[in-house]
Amino acid sequence: MENKTVNIKINGNDYTVDGSLTILKACRQAGISIPTLCYMENICEEGSCGICVVEVAKSHTLQRACITQVYDGMEIQTNTSRVRQARKTILELILANHPQDCLNCAASEICELRKISYDLGIDETPFEPTKDLDLPLDTTSPAIVRDLNKCILCRRCVKECEIVQSVNVIEIAGRGINSKVSCFMDKGLGESYCTNCGQCIKVCPVGALTEKNDVDRVWDYLADPKKHVVVQTAPAVRVALGEEFGMPVGSLVTGKMAAGVRRLGFDGVFDTDFAADLTILEEGTEFIGRLTKVLNGESAHLPLITSCSPGWIKFIEHFFPKCLPNVSSCKSPQQMFGAVTKTYYAQQKNLDPRDVICVSVMPCTAKKYECLRPEMDDAFDHWKDKLMLKDEDHFQDVDVAITTRELGRMMKEVGIDFEHLPEESFDSPLGESTGAAVIFGATGGVMEAALRTVYEVVTGQALPKVELEIVRGMKGIRTADIPMVSADGKEIIAKVAIASGLGNARVLLEEVSNGTSPYHFIEIMACPGGCLNGGGQPISNDPNVCEKRAAALYSQDEAITIRKSHDNPEIKKIYENYFEKPNSHLAHELLHTSYVERDLYELEKEDN
Amino acid sequence: MKFYRMHVLVAEDTRSIMAGAKRVEEALVEEIRLAGLEDEIRVVPTGSLGFSDKDQVAIAIYPDNIIYCPVLVSTVPEIVEEHFLKGRIIKALAHPMEQKEVTMEERTSENQMNLDIQKRILLENVGKIDPENIQEYIAADGYVALEKALFSLTPEKVIDEVKKSELRGRGGAGFPTGLKWQFTRPNPGPVKYVICNADEGEPGTFKDREIMEGDPHKMIEGMILAAYAVGGTHGYIYIRGEYALSIQRLQKAIDACYEYGLLGKNILGTDFSFELCIHSGAGAYICGEETALINSIEGKRGEPRKKPPYPPSQGLWQKPTLVNNVETFANIPAIISNGGEWYQSIGVEGSRGTKLFSLMGDINWKGTIEIPFGTSVGDIIDNIGHGVRYDRKLKGVILGGSSGSLLVPEELNTPVDFHSLAHIEAGPGSGSIVVMDETRCIVDICLNIAEFFRHESCGKCTPCREGTAQICHLLEMIASGNGLPEDIDHLEKISQTMMDASFCPLGQTAPSVLRQALKKYRQEFLDHIHNSNCPAGVCNMNFTEEV
Ligand SMILES: Cc1cc2nc3c(=O)[nH]c(=O)nc-3n(C[C@H](O)[C@H](O)[C@H](O)COP(=O)(O)O)c2cc1C
Ligand code: SF4
Ligand code: SF4
Repeated sequence: MENKTVNIKINGNDYTVDGSLTILKACRQAGISIPTLCYMENICEEGSCGICVVEVAKSHTLQRACITQVYDGMEIQTNTSRVRQARKTILELILANHPQDCLNCAASEICELRKISYDLGIDETPFEPTKDLDLPLDTTSPAIVRDLNKCILCRRCVKECEIVQSVNVIEIAGRGINSKVSCFMDKGLGESYCTNCGQCIKVCPVGALTEKNDVDRVWDYLADPKKHVVVQTAPAVRVALGEEFGMPVGSLVTGKMAAGVRRLGFDGVFDTDFAADLTILEEGTEFIGRLTKVLNGESAHLPLITSCSPGWIKFIEHFFPKCLPNVSSCKSPQQMFGAVTKTYYAQQKNLDPRDVICVSVMPCTAKKYECLRPEMDDAFDHWKDKLMLKDEDHFQDVDVAITTRELGRMMKEVGIDFEHLPEESFDSPLGESTGAAVIFGATGGVMEAALRTVYEVVTGQALPKVELEIVRGMKGIRTADIPMVSADGKEIIAKVAIASGLGNARVLLEEVSNGTSPYHFIEIMACPGGCLNGGGQPISNDPNVCEKRAAALYSQDEAITIRKSHDNPEIKKIYENYFEKPNSHLAHELLHTSYVERDLYELEKEDN
Repeated sequence: MKFYRMHVLVAEDTRSIMAGAKRVEEALVEEIRLAGLEDEIRVVPTGSLGFSDKDQVAIAIYPDNIIYCPVLVSTVPEIVEEHFLKGRIIKALAHPMEQKEVTMEERTSENQMNLDIQKRILLENVGKIDPENIQEYIAADGYVALEKALFSLTPEKVIDEVKKSELRGRGGAGFPTGLKWQFTRPNPGPVKYVICNADEGEPGTFKDREIMEGDPHKMIEGMILAAYAVGGTHGYIYIRGEYALSIQRLQKAIDACYEYGLLGKNILGTDFSFELCIHSGAGAYICGEETALINSIEGKRGEPRKKPPYPPSQGLWQKPTLVNNVETFANIPAIISNGGEWYQSIGVEGSRGTKLFSLMGDINWKGTIEIPFGTSVGDIIDNIGHGVRYDRKLKGVILGGSSGSLLVPEELNTPVDFHSLAHIEAGPGSGSIVVMDETRCIVDICLNIAEFFRHESCGKCTPCREGTAQICHLLEMIASGNGLPEDIDHLEKISQTMMDASFCPLGQTAPSVLRQALKKYRQEFLDHIHNSNCPAGVCNMNFTEEV
C-alpha cells in the first residue's frame, strides 16, 4: 500500500497526514478526540450511531468521521455548533428510548452512553419514548443475559460475533424503529448456536448484554452452614481483578485475591492452576501417545487440539463436528478441579461429597455453560454406587461459575478494601501450582506449558530454555516447529499452531476438516488473546489490555521456582495416592470427557 | 401476415386489470368471434390509456380513433353490435370527461394546443403497440438504435452521444448519465453488471411502471446499449414484487430478445454478449437506494452501504456496476438513434429531454405525463390536469415524492427543471406531482409522510431510525390536539439533525416536506397547538391528555 500523505485542516490548523486515514484517526493523531458509540477499528465500521459527525467544507451534510477518508485539501471542523447540535440531538433521541435506570444497571460504571451524554452536557431528554421499553429479558442462555430495552443498536455485538468470532449467531432483524438484535427465528441466545464466549458483552457500550448473575447463588451456599464451600480461581483472574478496584491494567494481584476470597467466607481457597498442571500431564500424555502411534505408522487423530476453552468446544460441536475426534478428551481445568474436589479432596478431608460445593471464578462466561453440561457430573457417578446415592442427590462437579467481574462485585458488596488487602496464599492441597499453569491464562500458554513437559518426557532432557518465546504473542494465529530428539535418538519435529479468537480457530479448523492441516498439536482459545481477554473479564478501554495482562502472567511464571507441571509436588502426590498415572483408568473416569455433535438449528428440529 | 380492418386496444396496466380489463378483453374476443369478425378485428392488450385513475376499463379503437370508457363486460355486446358491426359510435360510452366523442387525435391535440406541453419520446409507443409483441416494437423502429450502435459506433462513441445529450439520471439524484457510464467503463474485470432500478418505491408513483407495462422493449434496448457502452456482461432488472404485470411483460420481452438474438451470446452476430434477468425485490422503499438494492440482490439485508466505494468501481459482488433508473434507460434508444445533439435541443439548459411525472391528488385528470423540461408546475396542473377538482382552491403541491418539496401557490410558475427547482429547494425527485386542494390539512399530510418514513427507515443509523419515529410521535400529538408550543422547535431540531447526520439520503430527505411545511404553513401548526383547531377540519382534536 502506498502511503500518500495529504494536507488537511482540522479546526483551522494545518496537518500533514497519511492519506489512507479516516477523519477519526487523523483527528486522534492530532489530539482531538471524537466521540462515537459504535466504532471499533476493523470490526465495526458501520457508521450507524452518527455521533462522530464532523463538518467538512463543501459537503452539504455532516460527515461520519469514523468511515470517511481524508483527502488533500480537506477542511474539517469538529466542534461547530452545528456538530454539537447534531450529536446532542442524536443522544437525546437515543435516551428517549433508553430505560433511565442507571442506578441498578450492571454496566453503570462503564456505560459509554452515560459517559458521552455527561460529556456533552445532556441532563435530560426532551423527547418521549417511541417504542415499547418493557420487553422481557432474554434469559435463555446460562451465560449471557440480553436486555433489548437497553440496546442502542450500535451493532458492535453483531460485528464482533461475525468478524472476530465468525459465529454469526446474532443479527439485526426488523426495520426502522422496530429493528432489534436477534438470533435466527427470534430464538433466545440459549436456544441458538451461541458459543457463550461473551465477547459481545465486552463490546456493548451499554448494559444490554451482561453475564448471567450467579452471585446470589454463591452467597446462598456460603450462608449454608452444612456446606463446605471451596473456591477455585482461574489463572487469568489474578491479572485482571485489580482493575475492578481501579488498579492499573496488568496489576498482578494473586495474593490479594486469595486474601479477598478468604474474607468472603470460603472454606477452601484453591487455585485452578493446580488443575491446569493436572491438565498438562493428562493432555501431554495423550499427545505423546497419539504422536508415537503416528510415528510408528499406526493411525491416530492428529493434530490433537486442546479442550480447555468451553466456548471453543461448543463452536467445534456446532460447526466442525467431524473434527471432534481431534479434540483432546481432557476436561478443562475448571472441570478437572471440580471432579477432584468432590472425590480426592472430599475423601482426604472426610467430607460427604454431597456437602462439598465447588465455586469457580473464571475470566469466562462459557464456563457457566460448561459446568452445566450434563456429562460434567463424574464425581456423582463415581460415588453413586459407593454411597448409594439417589437421583435427587445429584450434584455437578462444579456448582457455580462466576466471572472475574462478579467476584469483584461480591467483594465490593461486603466492603473489602481490595487494594489494602495483605498478600496471602492459597490453601493446601489444591492451591499448589507451577509457572506452567499460570501462563494458561494467555494465548499460547497451554502450548508452552505442555511443551515444557512433553519435551522432557520425549527427550529425557529439560528444555534448553524454559521460556518458549516462539509460541507467545498476540497474533491471532501462530505456528512453530519444535525439534526434539527422543531418548532412542529419533529426530522429531513437533509442528504446533496456536489460535485465539474463533475466527482464527475457524481458519485452522478448515485445514483440519479438509485434511490439509500440517500440525501435530493445536491450541485454541475462544477469546482473542486467550483467557486474559475472556468474556468475563473486567471491561477495559486500554488498547493494550491483552499485552499488559499477558506480561503480568509471564512475570508471575518467572517468579515461581517450579515452572513445569510435572514438577508440582502436589500433582506428584495425587498420582501417587490417587490416580496412579496419567491417563489411568480412574483418570479417564474423572478427568476426561466426550463431546456431542450439535446442529446449528437444534431447536428448529425439536419443534417439528 | 393477416390484415385486420380494425384494432381494439385494451388498457391493461395494473389498475385497469384490477378494474376488470382482462375480463373485458376476454368478452371482446368472445363477442367478436360470435359475430364472426375474428378475421377482421383484432383485440390487443396495451398500456394505460390515461383512465386507470378512475378504476375503469378503457379501450381504444383504431383506425376510428375512439376511446370508450368505462367499458364493462356487460357493455361489450353492445359495442360489438353497434360499433363493430354497424359502424355507429356509442356516444354515451365515449370519453366521459365531457360526455362527447373524443378521439385519440383530439386528446393529443387538445394537449398540444395547451402550450405544446406534452411531448412523447418515452411514451411514444405506450397505448399504441402491443407490449407483449416484439414485432410491434421493431415495427415502430425498435432496436434500430442498438443495431446502429453495434455496427457503426464504438462504445466510447455511445458514451459520447449520451454525454452530449446531457441526459441526467431520472432516479432522483439527477446525476449526469454519460459521466456515470464513463466512470464505469474503464474499471477492469471480466464481469461487469448493469442494473436497472425499477423499484419505484414512492407511494402512488407509477411512471416507471407505465414504461415497463406499455413499452418494455424500450427500456431493455436502453439497457443493452448501456451494457455495450460500459462493457457490461450481466444485467439485472431489480423490480418490486408487486409489479406483477410489469414482471410478466418484461419477462416476455426478455424471452423474445433471446429468441431474436438481441440478448445472450454474440448479440446480432457481433462479439458483444449480454445476459439479462429479472430480480424481484421484497418491496422495501430503501431497496430503491442503489447500494441497498445491491445488498438486496446479494441476499443481504436491504441497507445502504458506505460510499465510497461507489457502484461503478465496486458494486454488486464487488464488481463494477452501473445502476440507472427505468426512465433513464428508456431515453437511450432515442438518443442513440437521433444523436445526442437532437436530445440536447429539447428542454432547457441543465435539464435536457422530457420527463415523466405521475400526476395525482386533487386534480381533474390524473395519470402519467411526459413533458419537456422547462414546463411550469402551474401549466401542468391547469393544462394537463385540467385544474383542481371541484373547482376548489389550490393549497399546495408536493413535488418529487414524500422526500421532495412543498410548493405554495405562489411558487407554481417555477419551471420544472433541475436548476429552477433548486432555487426553491425542490427537484423532480421521484417524478411525482401531488396536488392538494384547500380541504387538506398540512399537519395531517406531514403526519402521513412521517408514518411512511417511520415504516421505511431501514434502522441502520440512529438519526433516521429514532428521528422518524420521534417526528411521527410529535406530529401525532399535534394532530390530536395534544401538541405543545416547544414541539415545533423539537421538530425543527430533529429535522436538522436528520438532514445533517443520517447515513443515507432516505434519512437526510425524510424531513424535507415537514421542514418546508413548518416554514410555509406555520400558522396551521400553531392553530393545532394553541387553539386545538384544525382549520381544514381534518384532524380529530380529541384533547386526550394521554395518548
Ligand atoms: C431512499 C431512496 C430510494 C430510492 N428509490 C429509487 C427508486 O425507486 N428508483 C430509482 O430509480 N432510484 C431510486 N433511488 C435513487 C438510486 O439510489 C440511484 O441514484 C438511481 O437508481 C440511479 O439511477 P439514475 O442515475 O438513472 O437516476 C433512491 C434513492 C434513495 C436514497
Ligand atoms: S446489544 Fe449492546 S452491543 Fe449489541 S447492538 Fe445493542 S447496544 Fe450495541
Ligand atoms: S438514513 Fe439511516 S436508518 Fe435511514 S434508511 Fe438511511 S441508513 Fe437506514
